[in-house]
Amino acid sequence: MLGLNKKDMTLLIAVAVLTMFAPFFLNPFPTDSAMAQFNAGYPDLMQRFVIFGIFAIGFNILFGLTGYLSFGHAAFLGVGSYAAVWIFKLFTYNVVPAILLAVIVAAVFSVLMGYVSLRRSGIYFSILTLAFAQMMFALAYSVLSNPKFNLTNGETGLQVYPNDPQMFHPEGMQDFPHLFGLYMNSTYTMNVGPWAFDFNTGYYLCAVVMLAVFYLAIRIFRSPFGMMLRAIKSNQTRLNYTGLNPRPYTLAAFVISGAYAGLAGGLMAAMDPLAGAERMQWTASGEVVLMTILGGTGTLIGPVLGAGFIKYFENIFSKINDAVLHQWFAFLPDGLEDFVVFIIHPFVGKGWHLTLGILFMLVVIFLPGGLVEGGQRIGKWIKNRGKSEDSDAGPKTEPAE
Amino acid sequence: MGILEVKDVGKRFGGLQALGDVNLSVKENSVHAIIGPNGAGKSTLLNCLVGKLIPDTGSVMFDGQSVLGRTPYEINQMGISRVFQTPEIFSDLSVMENMMIPCFAKRDGSFRMHAIENMMDEKDIVEKAEAMLVDMNMADKREMHAASMSRGDKRRLEIGMCLAQEPRLLLLDEPTAGMARADTNNTIDLLKQISDERDITIAIIEHDMHVVFSLAQRITVLAQGTPLVEDNPENIKGHPKVREAYLGESA
Ligand SMILES: Nc1ncnc2c1ncn2[C@@H]1O[C@H](COP(=O)(O)OP(=O)(O)O)[C@@H](O)[C@H]1O
Ligand SMILES: [Mg+2]
Repeated sequence: MLGLNKKDMTLLIAVAVLTMFAPFFLNPFPTDSAMAQFNAGYPDLMQRFVIFGIFAIGFNILFGLTGYLSFGHAAFLGVGSYAAVWIFKLFTYNVVPAILLAVIVAAVFSVLMGYVSLRRSGIYFSILTLAFAQMMFALAYSVLSNPKFNLTNGETGLQVYPNDPQMFHPEGMQDFPHLFGLYMNSTYTMNVGPWAFDFNTGYYLCAVVMLAVFYLAIRIFRSPFGMMLRAIKSNQTRLNYTGLNPRPYTLAAFVISGAYAGLAGGLMAAMDPLAGAERMQWTASGEVVLMTILGGTGTLIGPVLGAGFIKYFENIFSKINDAVLHQWFAFLPDGLEDFVVFIIHPFVGKGWHLTLGILFMLVVIFLPGGLVEGGQRIGKWIKNRGKSEDSDAGPKTEPAE
Repeated sequence: MGILEVKDVGKRFGGLQALGDVNLSVKENSVHAIIGPNGAGKSTLLNCLVGKLIPDTGSVMFDGQSVLGRTPYEINQMGISRVFQTPEIFSDLSVMENMMIPCFAKRDGSFRMHAIENMMDEKDIVEKAEAMLVDMNMADKREMHAASMSRGDKRRLEIGMCLAQEPRLLLLDEPTAGMARADTNNTIDLLKQISDERDITIAIIEHDMHVVFSLAQRITVLAQGTPLVEDNPENIKGHPKVREAYLGESA
């Protein structure tokens, strides 16, 4: 169906179900319970899950398939956001043109960056992309923000002001991005007993877009083009002596992944009509690398899992402060309580990066295939336990999942 | 006129004259061997033919066209395929995928954006790759990870990948180096079969005399970057200069 084999179709359906019912899955705890702070089903965070999922899916088409590690992809995300906000400022709050322009502008920028950076491979390629992205960050942060020519609005960030032209913004419509009248920030909250589930328009737009580009990514993975990209990662010498030119293949992969990043940036602006230079910083580029590796480089679902994992940590762990810790460990004797809180303190709240760093190291060392490999191992373990000790489970090559 | 004409090719590495005035003519549909002691410049010569190195002087003509200044993939698309000293295959891909890639390169040229089609729906490619796997006697290894094969099988696969491109000239750089006797004999048989059954010219660099004398119709002996003699195997065997420069040492 849809040109996919059974396994890929199952995966696509699973992802579709998970994203469509995410408001339920992510809010498993009643609103008033102590565990409620582990709920992730609020619109803002759910939007971020899928937007960064899109970013990472695209990044994986470049990094996972060709092995070219870009440290500059956040630049395309930022460029996409700026493009979208300019559409809001000049023309309309309708998100369709904004998102389209975000993708196009990011693709154009990635042609430039890719054309230059792909002249080198390995670490030199990474450094070139990093340098490019930092230049773009500097441009956005200061150079292109001066009274004569203010394209980015510098530190403050680009936003929509009441005196902006907004040529096609009808009277009487709210000042917020919308899809033909459906406002991105409109949320319907469903109360079921002590539970509350949020259904947000913006989230569903992002989720549908993510499903579409996830499907596209599966098609790319299974295409002759996808196989060429894997061949590039495997052995460029052989590829060259097989009459194939790696350059246009890698450039195409680079531009596709740049366009995915631009799409993510456009959606981000559509959810909240702002664009700031910090979105383009190298730390943001590094984050998508972490997401991809953590989830499982070169696998289909890995980047999505990695993005969700990191965003969950960022938002949930960072909110655990000392007061919360004291509340959790109140059952311990006072001295011990203080001690335990003292030990845990560096790993939560502002220190969530520390926890993430440790987890990242553990995954890279023990699960080089990321969370996907973890899942596969658990799956195998359960299967083998059921079958007792069958010896027919010889080593089999698994195609990319 | 041979299909490959090398004229006065010279190549210097710093102070070392690796090749000096090499002249070589390879006749179409023949098996031509280039032999010579270690460091004679055999690999350097081959690298000048495939675009990896650019000679300082001279010309290399393939089928009436100069190959100089072209990139390896362009030269390959002209009809020259190369087998490496250590097999160069796509280790991370399956055997079938390894075989499909040269089929795509033959059909679609050096680049084509086919990003949405499913590769298994490309019936002509799949059929051709499968047929080549059968020819190479490795149809049972179709789904295997290429990296997990034995060295002899990797060599076989690499040769098959080159043949899938239907090249007019197949270049081999010491294809049996480091191989066990059985694998060497298999490779000889395979190459014999290829040259008998296909319209193909084979130029082979080889150290192993057994391989050379079982295959070649024509032999060029290279020593210190210049051809000593070029003749048929019988005459080469008895040639005093060759004995001195080459056979004397290795015997
Ligand atoms: N890239 C290179 N740079 C410098 N010297 C080289 C290079 N390639 C080969 N040589 C030298 O050129 C000579 C011929 O080498 P080569 O063609 O590999 O010999 P053969 O394959 O006949 O054993 C050797 O002395 C070798 O050290
Ligand atoms: Mg050599």
